[in-house]
Amino acid sequence: MAESLLEVQGLKKYFPIKLGLLKSLTSEAPLVHAVDGVSFKIKAGEVFGLVGESGCGKTTTGRCILRLIEPTGGMIVYKGEDITNLPLEREMRRLRRSMQIIFQDPYESLNPRMSIYDIIAEPIRLQKITENTEETLEMVRRALEEMRMVPPDEYLYRFPHELSGGQRQRVAVARAFVLEPDFIVADEPTSMLDASIRGEVLKLILNLIEKTRCAFLYITHDFALARYTCDRIAVMYLGKIVETGLTEEVITNPAHPYTEALLAAVPVPDPTARRTEVVIKGEVPSPINPPPGCRFNTRCPYADDRCVEEEPELVEVDKNHFVACHFPLI
Amino acid sequence: MALLEVRNLKMYYETLRGYVKAVDNIDFWVEKGEAVGLAGESACGKTSAMLAVLRLLPSNGVMMGGSVDLEGLDLLKISEDEFRDNIRWKKISVIFQGAMNALHPTKKIGDQLSEPILLHEEVDKSEAWERVGKLLDLVGVGAERLERYPHELSGGLKQRSMIAMSLVCNPALVIADEPTTALDVITQAQVLKVIKDLRRKLNLSMILVSHDLSVIAETCDKVAIMYAGKIVEFGDITAVFTEPLHPYSEQLIAAFPSVLGEKRELTTIHGFPPDLLNPPSGCRFHPRCPYTRDSCRSGERKMIELGVGHYTACEYKVGV
Repeated sequence: MAESLLEVQGLKKYFPIKLGLLKSLTSEAPLVHAVDGVSFKIKAGEVFGLVGESGCGKTTTGRCILRLIEPTGGMIVYKGEDITNLPLEREMRRLRRSMQIIFQDPYESLNPRMSIYDIIAEPIRLQKITENTEETLEMVRRALEEMRMVPPDEYLYRFPHELSGGQRQRVAVARAFVLEPDFIVADEPTSMLDASIRGEVLKLILNLIEKTRCAFLYITHDFALARYTCDRIAVMYLGKIVETGLTEEVITNPAHPYTEALLAAVPVPDPTARRTEVVIKGEVPSPINPPPGCRFNTRCPYADDRCVEEEPELVEVDKNHFVACHFPLI
Repeated sequence: MALLEVRNLKMYYETLRGYVKAVDNIDFWVEKGEAVGLAGESACGKTSAMLAVLRLLPSNGVMMGGSVDLEGLDLLKISEDEFRDNIRWKKISVIFQGAMNALHPTKKIGDQLSEPILLHEEVDKSEAWERVGKLLDLVGVGAERLERYPHELSGGLKQRSMIAMSLVCNPALVIADEPTTALDVITQAQVLKVIKDLRRKLNLSMILVSHDLSVIAETCDKVAIMYAGKIVEFGDITAVFTEPLHPYSEQLIAAFPSVLGEKRELTTIHGFPPDLLNPPSGCRFHPRCPYTRDSCRSGERKMIELGVGHYTACEYKVGV
């Protein structure tokens, strides 16, 4: 088996809730269990999707891996090196050259006072890749061309407000790829874009991944879109991975009741589709006091006593298809 | 006769640089008991069209012509007072985009949902509350939440409360503008199920405005697809989705991924939607269309009926 580029083991992130002065003297701050023991591996050139609803911890996972927030526990191994506790200023900065992030909202993630050239050249400057302006310009031009923003010179000295949403997100992608990183986290990179331009941006991203062989962590709430982008996916619920496997396998043969319900809830662009209605009841419980046992037991149509008492482990139900359920559906 | 009939509706926005042609000569209609989806991407004019029907234009919106007939009465001709007293809430109600944030934070659910009843009908508070309670039961919020404040409810429950509110005066038509956009997938499915159930139980007529063709495919009987201020295709939902007659609808539908069926290539439409200050001449889609011919570049497009009740603004499939 090929060596994984990134390995996450038992990653945990708990956020303390701020209490008032008096309460903080008498009781301990409750914790939000945003990410609670998440493990996975990503190989070079692979697109790995984290799918789940809001509040399931997918974004927190992505940010912890890049150490944009500090994990509470667990281990992050990048290229064989444990980076969980690397000092941020000195050591981590060195790694940032090869680890990048693409944010969701290109209206917020680009500095409105910087030109497109400055935005894309900033990582080059910060990482001191080259001092030569001619070389920098060439790199920026190439990055824009990769994103089909041609001719690049037409965009170099424009500002974000002069571009459409789709163009802005292309700039954000160009900036993430300009140093040819080995690992990228993309947090809902196309959810702000209209359907007709979304596909093209995704295609350009996938081309770049293939070309640079970088490992790609794709965070999304959109199962249908994940199907078109990811080689493997993991479904998260309340801070845990409940199922993981090859994308097509998970979508056609979901083994966890939550995955089944989530898939059944995804609307389909086909009025003739006859579908089983598996609408589960209620809402996601609070991550402050997650339910004991299996976290999905409060809403699961198949749950029994065992699910309340005992927490299921991720076990392999089929080749490379793992599920955390006492009563898997396959 | 259709319940609502919109003809040649034109609504522009006045700006310093000229008129933005947000809604430019659109026709569509809603039969009683029918749900019509109004679909299109951002800034295609779908919300503006609804605001024009509801006479809720922003200050720079200008009505340029057309008619909106509700049960034979032209809503654009009557006075503002008459519209407010007799039409809003009682005949047409609306569920706004991001409705969950449209609830007043310091008023009880019961108080705000019964407000339209108390304003429009001669009933006392207890009766109004009782009616609201029944509707809350119907949408699955439960009458026991009448005494709750919005912050005590989850997003899905707030959205259902807004749906209940749109029904308090028994309107003939409910307009929902992106009713599930901010919700999570499972909550969205629950809310869509509420809408489907209500349509069955109350024989509700609806217009559902959305950018998400999947949501429209799951809830509506008919769909009108808008592009750059125009309706380019209008017809039965199954006909439009299985055999689209306009290149734009064809490509837009193919741009939506699905978790069902074979995995196929996602299409993308090259270029960007036009600036509605100076829309392209002829067919507004011609600069991005793969089938463009010379005749597409000029002249006004008319809607033509190609199948039964299936209208398109494009001629390229005529005779195919």
